Amino acid sequence: MARAILYDSTLCIGCRECEKGCAAKWGLPYDDNIGKEEKLSAHKLTTIRVFGDHFSRKLCMHCNEPTCASVCPVGAFTKTAFGPVVYDADKCMGCRYCMAACPFQVPTYEWDKPLSPRVRKCDMCYERQSAGKDTACAEACPVQATICGDRDALIAEARKRLAAKPADYYQKIYGLEEVGGTSVLMLSAVPFEQIGLKTNLPHSALPPLTMNVLGLIPNIVSAGGVLLGGIFWLTHRKNEVAKAENGNDNGRKH
Amino acid sequence: MISRLRSSIWTTIFVLLMAAGAYATFLRFAYGFSASTNLSDQFPWGLWIGFDVLCGVGLAAGGFTLVATVHIFNIERYKPILRPAILTAFLGYLLVCAALMFDLGRPWRIWHPLIMWNHHSVMFEVGWCVTLYTTVLALEFSPVVFEKLGWEAPLKVIHAVSVPLMIAGVLLSTLHQSSLGTLYLIFPEKLHPLWYSPMLPIFFFISSVAVGLAMTIFESWHSSRAFNRALELPLLQGMGRLLAVLLSFYLVLRLVDLASRGSLGYATEGSIESYLFLVEIGMLALAAILLFQNWVVEKPSALYGSAVLMIFGFITNRLNVSITGIERSSGTHYIPRWSEVAVTLAIIAFGFAAFRLAVKKLPIFSEA
Repeated sequence: MARAILYDSTLCIGCRECEKGCAAKWGLPYDDNIGKEEKLSAHKLTTIRVFGDHFSRKLCMHCNEPTCASVCPVGAFTKTAFGPVVYDADKCMGCRYCMAACPFQVPTYEWDKPLSPRVRKCDMCYERQSAGKDTACAEACPVQATICGDRDALIAEARKRLAAKPADYYQKIYGLEEVGGTSVLMLSAVPFEQIGLKTNLPHSALPPLTMNVLGLIPNIVSAGGVLLGGIFWLTHRKNEVAKAENGNDNGRKH
Repeated sequence: MISRLRSSIWTTIFVLLMAAGAYATFLRFAYGFSASTNLSDQFPWGLWIGFDVLCGVGLAAGGFTLVATVHIFNIERYKPILRPAILTAFLGYLLVCAALMFDLGRPWRIWHPLIMWNHHSVMFEVGWCVTLYTTVLALEFSPVVFEKLGWEAPLKVIHAVSVPLMIAGVLLSTLHQSSLGTLYLIFPEKLHPLWYSPMLPIFFFISSVAVGLAMTIFESWHSSRAFNRALELPLLQGMGRLLAVLLSFYLVLRLVDLASRGSLGYATEGSIESYLFLVEIGMLALAAILLFQNWVVEKPSALYGSAVLMIFGFITNRLNVSITGIERSSGTHYIPRWSEVAVTLAIIAFGFAAFRLAVKKLPIFSEA
């Protein structure tokens, strides 16, 4: 039973109540100017983006196999069984590999904090949901364009909507397969790239790309160690043999 | 007269670079990244990772290459240039660690990966390897210091463990030199196809060995001029010839890989990526062609020039992977801020000065 979010762009009216609800939950400032910033930042963990007549939402996608959790050298990210990908600032040393590697360009950084900057991203209201409440964005949405619930149930709901109004929807669910599936699902009236969603992502999870190579290390170390030790023995053995032969020659001469 | 003028010019440049670096350091730690860098949420890794770390670690690869040559392959005639190569490597790694103190958001937590393990992370592996290898380099370098101090007991201890130490050093280097390439394997849709390849770890490893040789030629040439020493020309010629072969192998591998992935066409698409790719490959190919010519290898200045060309080609490659190749997918444009460049240049200048000081005070060249 994993939680997820379903955002239906065709229902969204662009009122930005989700942004306000999110800012309030995190204790972040919010005003009209911040509302106009259509990109994620350390003070804006979700945003509505306008593409002509269509709206789009950006937030952490909470991948099933998160790239951030895989690349983080100190394991500051955890994919909870509950669905949300959460971040532990107490572990983070600030290498920002998570930001460089995230296929959705989601994690942001507190660039103006000189000594204790943190990575910032949506945590799908882990604590609220654990307490049985909806995410702040879902609760704030006046038209239920964002809802949260069980991932399988939301996928079923999304399929039902696609089937019920085929003319209103681009017939795909974003997040079903992208990088192995995500806990945030999106529906749109138009092809996803037209509302700013990345469509060049592989349908398999990214972490195996590096994990498979790391898996070779024990073999490289053991084979390499034996090889180098062997070469060392051989090359030095040659010297010893030469030395011994010289010694014998000398012995014979005497 | 001229030499005095020259040294005062260099001193002035050094002082200026240090002053600029100090002010940039103040900006970084008093006001944060936003006041000292052009990094952004879209472009979180810039010059400090692309140059100071990726190039720095590569340019320090001469240490393990020569340790393997002299001690493991037992080619003893290269011994006279082993100590300067180890010194370069040791300083190089210390400077990489210094640069990391600028780039990490919370530098005092640099030890966290040692106790907070995530064995899925390439960065975790690189962190461990670099820590261990810097320790190995310190131990490999320590006999120089012990000799100077005349301490016999620790010299004996180091000598007793030197073989496993050297083998560990070569293995650790193999791992993290290639792993710096592995870091980018998880960027399949972000890194431009001219550079993204499943072969990245192998490319990074081969090019690090090559640039290690080039750096050894570079540093021998400068040492011979600065300290009025005879150039170990036959040794450098041998390395130059080996470099030619290694570089050609590397370039053929790169091109075959590009062709097999159907990405060769990007090289002529007329984009900024294609130009910088051609600059990179052009410099490396020219260095390889030159090093195959007898007159080049026999003439010290031409040999040195080819090594420099190789070094610049290498730097271009690392910057292409870490910056050029990422820009398009990032949706933003990154040019380092003056203070990022100032920190980098100050670190390089500090490295040159430290090398000079070490050579003057310690028996780096005397053993032969």
